[in-house]
Amino acid sequence: MSKKTLSGVNGVATNISGWLYLLPALLFLIAFMVYPLIDVFIYSFEEGYNSASQTSFGTGGYNYAYILRDPYFLKTVKNTFILVIITVPISTGLALLISLGLNSIRALKRLFQTIFFLPYVTNTLAVGLVFMILFRKTPYTDGLVNMIIGKFGISPVDFIDGPYWAKMLVLSVYVIWIVMPFKILILTSALASVPDVYYQSARIDGTSSWRVFWRITLPMISPMIVYLIITGFIGAFKAYSDAVAIFGVDLNAAGMNTIVGYVYDMLYGDGGGYPSYASAAAIVLFAIVLTITVINLIVSRKATDIT
Amino acid sequence: MKIKKTIIYFLLAVWALIVLFPFYWMVLSSIKSYASYAGEKIPKFFTTSPTLENYRSAFTAVPLARYFSNTLIFTLATTALMVIIIIFAAYAFARIDFKGRNLLFLGFLALMMIPNELVIITNFVTITDLGLRNSFTGLILPSVTSVFYIYLLKENFEQVPDELYYAAKVDGTSDLKYLFKVMVPICRPTIITVIILKVIECWNSYVWPRLITDDPAFYLVSNGIQELRENGLGRDNIPAMMAAVVAVSVPLIILFLIFRKKIMEGVSREGIKG
Amino acid sequence: MNVRMENITKVFPGRDRKSAGVTAVDNFSLELPDGKLVCLLGPSGCGKSTLLYMICGLETPTEGRIYFGDQDVTDIPSEKRGVGLVFQNYALYPHLTVKQIIKFPLENLKGDEKLSKEEMDKMALEAAKLVQIDGLMDRKPGQMSGGQQQRVAIARAIVKRPKVLLMDEPLSNLDARLRLHTREEIRRIQKETGITTIFVTHDQEEAMSISDLIVVMKDGVLHQMGKPQDVYDDPVNLFVAQFLGTPEINVFEGKVKDEGLYIGEDRVLEVRGVEDKDVFIGIRPEGFIVDDEGKLNCELKGINIMGRDITVLSSNGASKNVIRSIVSAETAIDSGSNKVRFNLKPHKTYIFDKDTEERIRFA
Repeated sequence: MSKKTLSGVNGVATNISGWLYLLPALLFLIAFMVYPLIDVFIYSFEEGYNSASQTSFGTGGYNYAYILRDPYFLKTVKNTFILVIITVPISTGLALLISLGLNSIRALKRLFQTIFFLPYVTNTLAVGLVFMILFRKTPYTDGLVNMIIGKFGISPVDFIDGPYWAKMLVLSVYVIWIVMPFKILILTSALASVPDVYYQSARIDGTSSWRVFWRITLPMISPMIVYLIITGFIGAFKAYSDAVAIFGVDLNAAGMNTIVGYVYDMLYGDGGGYPSYASAAAIVLFAIVLTITVINLIVSRKATDIT
Repeated sequence: MKIKKTIIYFLLAVWALIVLFPFYWMVLSSIKSYASYAGEKIPKFFTTSPTLENYRSAFTAVPLARYFSNTLIFTLATTALMVIIIIFAAYAFARIDFKGRNLLFLGFLALMMIPNELVIITNFVTITDLGLRNSFTGLILPSVTSVFYIYLLKENFEQVPDELYYAAKVDGTSDLKYLFKVMVPICRPTIITVIILKVIECWNSYVWPRLITDDPAFYLVSNGIQELRENGLGRDNIPAMMAAVVAVSVPLIILFLIFRKKIMEGVSREGIKG
Repeated sequence: MNVRMENITKVFPGRDRKSAGVTAVDNFSLELPDGKLVCLLGPSGCGKSTLLYMICGLETPTEGRIYFGDQDVTDIPSEKRGVGLVFQNYALYPHLTVKQIIKFPLENLKGDEKLSKEEMDKMALEAAKLVQIDGLMDRKPGQMSGGQQQRVAIARAIVKRPKVLLMDEPLSNLDARLRLHTREEIRRIQKETGITTIFVTHDQEEAMSISDLIVVMKDGVLHQMGKPQDVYDDPVNLFVAQFLGTPEINVFEGKVKDEGLYIGEDRVLEVRGVEDKDVFIGIRPEGFIVDDEGKLNCELKGINIMGRDITVLSSNGASKNVIRSIVSAETAIDSGSNKVRFNLKPHKTYIFDKDTEERIRFA
């Protein structure tokens, strides 16, 4: 009798009320998720769609051809890939180290956990401003970061308006700072869920702690690491607000635009009004993310097969 | 062993410093007077003459209070609507045995994988076509449902034993009354978690408000900060800017310190969904 | 209120279209008299809970009608039937206090039946007093013992003064001592209120001790209904005979030949009017008389002396299990011997058709 729903009581009425309870959610999801999902594909194949007159002059791959030749788009792809390649491994590795550290201490553990989680609950735009002034070099002052690296004999750099790699460095630092809380949280709980008996039996066997890490800890938490890498890739590919926070709205001028930024710029703002190009760019982004995710899954499966 | 522990604590403290430093710096800068800030060729790590003047200028030079109340309205309305909608939806999935339920739920789960960036374009066009730009309706509507929270709540609802439902039936309780008098109170912890996470999400939302509002009367705090940085106080009145940043950050940090456990639990469950 | 069921059948649909449905209750007809405590008794999965849920209105029969008195309630929703239900796991709302839980059904009344706050408080207190939990009104379920929770569940079920009180295995979550006490309480409450009560259980001892009538079910089919002692003394088939009684009835394979009942080569009883055939023979533990001249020969396996009784354990090739017979403590048994001989009491010996397992009566 335990897990049976009351099917018989009033069949038709339950059918109707079931759909009735779902109706609001269903309406919103159809209007703002399902329909847009279909629509974005249609947009992306409508050539020369004009949002003012709502006309297009044909269908085909023109929009894709256009954005793939657009130097601004190619620049955003390059920026995004570089950002992903820098931030995902560093943030994941760093989070693993910190979590291992957290997991091995008792005193102050909760305090550290609380502090480490803080960036998660901050406004990306607001704290980005702080990073900006920390790294910025102006005629009046070299800024705090320059002051510190100056102590190591490095000449001051303008991280916000200066060379490309300096700007990429600031962005990467900020992105890592922002994504760390989530990764630390997930990895600490993954580490905490490894049963103690494994460690105890390893200690009895006299296993070195290095070996314990590679042969016990890492395999046990590897599903979570894989998960973090995949979501890390997806998140980093969609980076945008972080860049705006540091470099301002005109990311193209700063040369630091991302793919998502390109989508929004095509949609709105000074260069906006081209939902077709925006759609094509969004779909290209989605295709890239999907491909990377699938590759990730295949690689991680292979890797776990080996161990 | 002792040395190892010391190194661990040292490294954790270094990371804590990196995390906390921006917060310290924004508070510090916000209480330095403009004159003393501008006069620091080499930034100082403390100030001898703290002032609240910057907070006054942050709230007077730009309509920061306006942005706050906008954000508050947006956050409360979105969260309230969403909570009601997801409670109904989760109840239908968890408790009512209607035709097509399992298929529909599968469809819902599939929607969890759709990135926002893919649907935001059409939503922008839809809201624009409906003439809802620069309105709270336009801001709120697209984010009043969350498939993930429906999923989370449905799982929780299903843990309520069936017998309670039968008992309520025998007691003559309507489905609606059962939902709000029994299910919701029992599942309150999960609902609170969902509310807090949604509030954080709303408070920090930037992209959608930016697309849909260009009238400062409807700016949220994120857009306000951005506007402030581009045109508002000028790039140089950093102390006032930092005062605004502090004002925007403080509510969430307080919320976090109060609901620390709930928030961290909720976020780690969000992590498990994958 | 008497409860009448006519040709009730309940089929639960299969998991998908391909698999056949499960018939939980099969063409079940029964009339339960007013003001009695009736036990639906059967092994788990016999359909007794489903039957209870149909009487309650939480399930609708696939076929057949249910009447309360003259009223056909088959299509009437649960809350309009005037029933109270006590669940096996109590099903108390964890977030409400005892008082709120008991008042909950009253607050749902609408229209003419709507009660004032004072009336509700009064009725809730009455119900609480009846089950003796009026001192715990402000506690929540989590702060109470299993026995107390059970009382709250009963109070909630009777607060609306239902015409029929239904109880689904209400004692099975209690420990042995509490179970004994609570079942006496249920008996008392039922007597005091006079509400027709239907009690589902798989525990035959519980059923025997508490009820006015028992209804024995198996596989969705009614096997026998009657007063507990009558059913025990006069089972209609092998299943009922086996299901009632501790220790269980002893079953032998045997045959009837020339109006004599045979276990192995022993002609143990004269059975007039029965034709020759293979049969099962059921003998209650108290149906044995130890006698050096006894007709049934068994191997003696052991003797347990338990106060006023002696349990004799023995074996016989015709019985798969050890034979337990209970005899008076004064009986002289030579425990050194490895043989024991019995005579049988005819009214404690039942014979059943080997194929249908139906009782075959003899004179």
